[in-house]
Amino acid sequence: MAYTAGRVHPILAPIAALGGSVTRGLSTFGDFWVFSAQTAMYSPLELGSPRSWRRMLQQAYAIGTRSAPVLMLTGAFVGMVLVVQGWEQFSTAGFADRLGAVVNMSVAAELGPVLAGVMLAGRVGGALTAELGTMNVTEQILALRTMGAEPIRFLATPRFLACLLLAPILTLYADLMGTIGSWIIYAFVYGGDSEPYWFFTRTTVEMWDVGVGMTKSMFFGGAIGLISCHMGFHTTGGAQGVGEACTRSFVISFIAILALDLVLNLVNNGVYKMLFGNRSLF
Amino acid sequence: MNDATRNSSLAVPDVTGAERAADGANAGPIIQFKDVHKAFGPKVVLAGVTADIQRRKNTVIIGKSGTGKSVLLKHIVGLLQPDAGEVWFDGQRVDTLSERSLTPIRRRVSFVFQLNALFDSMSVGENIAFPMAQNPRGRRAGRKRINEMVSECLGLVGLAGYESKNPAELSGGEKKRVALARAIAMDPPPDVILYDEPTTGLDPQRSDSINKLIRRLQDTTHATGIIVTHDMRSAAEVGDRILMLNEGRIVADGTPDEIMNSSDDRVRRFVQGEADPDETPG
Repeated sequence: MAYTAGRVHPILAPIAALGGSVTRGLSTFGDFWVFSAQTAMYSPLELGSPRSWRRMLQQAYAIGTRSAPVLMLTGAFVGMVLVVQGWEQFSTAGFADRLGAVVNMSVAAELGPVLAGVMLAGRVGGALTAELGTMNVTEQILALRTMGAEPIRFLATPRFLACLLLAPILTLYADLMGTIGSWIIYAFVYGGDSEPYWFFTRTTVEMWDVGVGMTKSMFFGGAIGLISCHMGFHTTGGAQGVGEACTRSFVISFIAILALDLVLNLVNNGVYKMLFGNRSLF
Repeated sequence: MNDATRNSSLAVPDVTGAERAADGANAGPIIQFKDVHKAFGPKVVLAGVTADIQRRKNTVIIGKSGTGKSVLLKHIVGLLQPDAGEVWFDGQRVDTLSERSLTPIRRRVSFVFQLNALFDSMSVGENIAFPMAQNPRGRRAGRKRINEMVSECLGLVGLAGYESKNPAELSGGEKKRVALARAIAMDPPPDVILYDEPTTGLDPQRSDSINKLIRRLQDTTHATGIIVTHDMRSAAEVGDRILMLNEGRIVADGTPDEIMNSSDDRVRRFVQGEADPDETPG
């Protein structure tokens, strides 16, 4: 049997399938960066135009204000759990009064932004993908294009900006609640002394740590906004397609947060060492 | 149809249908498809469509589901690009234009989508005002004028007073009417209105009401109408001319009477709703 162009020999079929998957993956990856560049390109226009502020404020309310309670709760529990986990070891070693410093630095620089990012990816990213995905499958995005509106500017940029600008503020809330939560467990459950708790926290946790946490969360917020909007814009296949897009959006955002966290930690450590030298908790 | 719909004074245009009707200078076809091919992966949808769409007439495109009727419609406003062939709009080639260059053409064309594509996050009034608000000329006219036009358009489709309702509160027929109102609410009014399956999902009475409305809009605005449908009753009622698409090509072109009495087996079967022998189970 002769195999003409377009037909694949059965033995080569798995290789062809793999090739197809890689090509599709690369195409989607490239498309994501084009989409991201366009979204970012429209940001100054959106920020500079009072007509656009209404759109952005609506998103800021949905993404920021409505996410605040759940993120504060997340932060509080993270702080509390860290004290529960660390108390035994620290008190046995005689360093119980330093526990607050360790916990709060972890919360400010690492766990606060990462867990806030993950919560945002679940709560906000999923909702954005579902909303835009539904708009796509019901032809609303096509309708915008036919009316001369640029869908990326009109839909993606306000959502991206709201995620980018509000994620650090939400992370700050989560950090604050983490600090309060850890202190409550430390002082009222384990009976630790509050004065050294706050003293070592103040002397150990630097503005640098808080700043690093907020910078990270800005990257996480931007990534969540871009990934979830891109997924929404490329949703196909009705209700099932919207559901699958939401799942994919969360998974990819989650992986992006962890990957960005690694890269930003490496950069941050390098910059800190260059500016201030090594640091020690003890 | 209620009184408001029967009232024939369309106050929307200031470049009016009457002016358009009197304008004999542009007597040629407003839209031309020249050997248009389009495939999605291995599926060939359009296999060399060549057709001219005459000005100020309602042209209906009929054909079985999946024969590329909606795909053809989307080529007119550059929502899709052909793999080969040319699409022309009023003497200008469309398929080579960039998204930005398409904007002036899109401002002359209205699209009534199959699923209506009303924006869920906006009220009925905001939906109808949207195309005008996107147009610099509409913006210059001011909020008051836009609100007047919204009321006039809603009155024309028999939904006076529906401005503050949300699309979710409307029935299928009402949503379709709002979509029609949005299609004509342009300043200047549209030269071409594209209707994608305007009666799909509606009961016979509501379908009849939509057909009458389409016919009346054409009579009043003298806009060119292109209606994609597989509803033969609708095609006969609204069409001045009918094109039939089959297996990616135009296989019939004539007046409603000519199509209804066609001796071509493919056309006859479609008109009479008979299954193709090769598609009959068993």
